[in-house]
Amino acid sequence: MNEVNSSQVSRQAPPAPQSAPARNGATLLPPVDVVEDSAGITLFADLPGVPKDKLNLHIEGDNLCIEGDVDIDLPQGMAASYAEVNLARYRRVFTLSKELDGGKVSAQLNQGVLKLRIPKAEHAQPRRIQVSGG
Amino acid sequence: MFGSLFPRDIVAELDRLQREVQQAFDLSPNIRGLGRGGFPAVNVGGTAQSIELYAFAPGLDPATLEVDLDRGVLSISGERKNDLPAHDERTAVHINERFQGRFRRVVTLPEDADPNGVSAAYRDGILHITVKRQQAAQPRRISIQ
Repeated sequence: MNEVNSSQVSRQAPPAPQSAPARNGATLLPPVDVVEDSAGITLFADLPGVPKDKLNLHIEGDNLCIEGDVDIDLPQGMAASYAEVNLARYRRVFTLSKELDGGKVSAQLNQGVLKLRIPKAEHAQPRRIQVSGG
Repeated sequence: MFGSLFPRDIVAELDRLQREVQQAFDLSPNIRGLGRGGFPAVNVGGTAQSIELYAFAPGLDPATLEVDLDRGVLSISGERKNDLPAHDERTAVHINERFQGRFRRVVTLPEDADPNGVSAAYRDGILHITVKRQQAAQPRRISIQ
């Protein structure tokens, strides 16, 4: 995929197997919104069907990985007749850039929408440089 | 000539291929269209007693979701508000893939669906609608006199 490559967050192919074992390969790619302001980045991801305890967020080095398993109670003996969602696992990996503080990420999951807030590190916050008259 | 000037990208070609394959295998296309790729994505299943419909519609207020049943056609509609902040010069939207706006999806129910036996629940962003099948249509064993 060569869609959007911002300076701060860019889409990447899943990382090498040692960082995250892809259990059986195929996963759903959840749609996301990424917004940046002066203090950090906010990411929204659609993960319908993922309860809080089945959501797995981890940061390894520069990689932010969002993984979640769909948990639906299916009635006994149900036969699927039509399916647009064929997999029960979401996965998406982003590369964080240096000025983002991976240690201070906060996350909320509400009705299948994950909201992540990744603040910028203190030293990377914007500031105005005073020009001294000469 | 235009082909070489404006080469279609590989993603669009794959998209077209997928659509064609899908149409080729869909032997009885529905008059209301395939609907695949719309919002919300819908899965349908059934048991002997009920028809189960799952709509993958995350981030909605259940009070604003409308589920209507009219002459065997079930429709799900609502509106998904924008989560993005108001635009100003200090914010930048880098990726915007999530659906926003009004949506409506329609599913034709089988004939044995009971219009009085519809229930719906919303949990973790999935709207689960259960439609009971009519008693008369349920399988039963006939006792031999």
